[in-house]
Amino acid sequence: MPKFLLMVNHNNGVFDDVPMDEWKPEEVTAHMNYYDVLGRELAESGEQIQFMALADPRLARIVRSDGTTTPVVTDGPFPESKEVLAGFQVVDVESEARAIEIAARVSAVPGPGGVAIQQPVEVRQVMTEEGGDV
Amino acid sequence: MTDADRPDTGNTEDTGNTEDLLRALAPQVLGILVRRIGDFGACEDALQEALLAAAVHWAADGLPDNPRGWLLRAATRRYADLARSEQARRRREEQVAREPAPGAVPARDDSLVLLFLCCHPALTPASQVALTLRAVGGLSTAEIARAYFVPEATMAQRISRAKQRLQASGASFAMPARDGEEWPSRLRSVLHVLYLVFNEGYTATGGARLHRTELSAEAIRLTRELRRTLPGEGEVSALLALMLLTDARRPARTGPDGELIPLAEQDRTRWDRRLIAAGTALLNRTMGDGKPGEYRLQAAIAALHDRALRAEDTDWPQIVCLYDLLEQLTGNPVVILNRAVALAMAEGPAAGLDLLAALDGDERLASHHRLYAVRAHLLDMTGDADAALAGYREAAARTTSLPERRYLLARAARLRRQ
Repeated sequence: MPKFLLMVNHNNGVFDDVPMDEWKPEEVTAHMNYYDVLGRELAESGEQIQFMALADPRLARIVRSDGTTTPVVTDGPFPESKEVLAGFQVVDVESEARAIEIAARVSAVPGPGGVAIQQPVEVRQVMTEEGGDV
Repeated sequence: MTDADRPDTGNTEDTGNTEDLLRALAPQVLGILVRRIGDFGACEDALQEALLAAAVHWAADGLPDNPRGWLLRAATRRYADLARSEQARRRREEQVAREPAPGAVPARDDSLVLLFLCCHPALTPASQVALTLRAVGGLSTAEIARAYFVPEATMAQRISRAKQRLQASGASFAMPARDGEEWPSRLRSVLHVLYLVFNEGYTATGGARLHRTELSAEAIRLTRELRRTLPGEGEVSALLALMLLTDARRPARTGPDGELIPLAEQDRTRWDRRLIAAGTALLNRTMGDGKPGEYRLQAAIAALHDRALRAEDTDWPQIVCLYDLLEQLTGNPVVILNRAVALAMAEGPAAGLDLLAALDGDERLASHHRLYAVRAHLLDMTGDADAALAGYREAAARTTSLPERRYLLARAARLRRQ
């Protein structure tokens, strides 16, 4: 079955200007529970390989090495935070259509007032090691 | 009988207990195998397969008359199969063949030797934990992998690497001498592994929480066993006491949606009084054992919290003293953070903030999220809402724990609404 990488950035869709600590506690709870339910559902269906949230970009480091001298480690990246990866999941599904269906569920996670935040989710197919006849 | 003394594997009447029985027998049988054959890695593989076979056969046919003998025979046979398939192991196969027929099983229990071997200093803590859970705890690789959220193949590789490393280090299947120079540090690493396993289970709040609670139960079970074999070691009893006293608060520690509830706001009627009584009794028995070790100090702090029926009844001055001793003993800067909180509760937030100010130059904590979290909490107590809010947000950005981030953001949100 094809595998897909689903990525979300630090971009809360239609609520991008409302930091989460301005949400009501029950809105945060509903948001978290939505992910929990989805995660459990995909784990049970056997489609989920990984579901990971990443720590804040402030903790990110960039490493460069020429293979001989000491690697250069710098803080960052610090571009516009909405363009930084916030979390990802890897799913193993029947088809691209199913991957898109899952991505749509992620995108519709509820925000303030229970409104779907419509967070953009990037769907990328993972390359395989299998080679056919050439 | 107190909770701490209760044996874990007495009753074997129904199949529901087969799993418990297998896990109690696993280290005993492995010990006998390793003594006979010497190849820890291969013996462990053979035993894992014998355990699987036992789970299937015993469920279908009922318990054999001598479960330990059955397992030993199955594992020996499996080992012989493995050995036969490799020319290089022919010599060992012959060695097995020369052994007396299984059945005349020696009465000794090598579980303790195994535990010390799995926590050998040649291994990293992560490997020590994995190997201990499998070889001593009798958990399958799949179960351990699920508990630590890593793919099964990753965990299998970690365990197999650990076994190779043990082999290469020349670690022998023997207990370090109790009066030897090595003993304190070897015991310390065993206790540390058990503590890590407990905490991994205790601090879990998220998705797969069920699997992880089992880790705490497993750590308690193994520590109980260790205490049974080393009754004179105060730190072993103290670690068990710490686990019971901590585990007692589990029912009140998270809300219905998995959110963290701080100690001060927990519904203390939900604390498990039976565990508190057992832990306190254990701790009291270690008193007078000479200079307290780190687990006794931690258990004493836990006991003081557990004893307070209301948060405001907490004996903070005494907790400050205990953290002071703990800091001197361990030199761990995180302990200072805890002391700052205790000091703030005992003498007011300004005293706590003064202590934190002294930590500003400490590189070990400079970017540690708990420094920001504690400072925010103390600023919150002083009524400086703006500074507290900024602190909570900074701490939330720096933590790598989702439940903690959620808690810190909720604190910030609460201030914002005021």
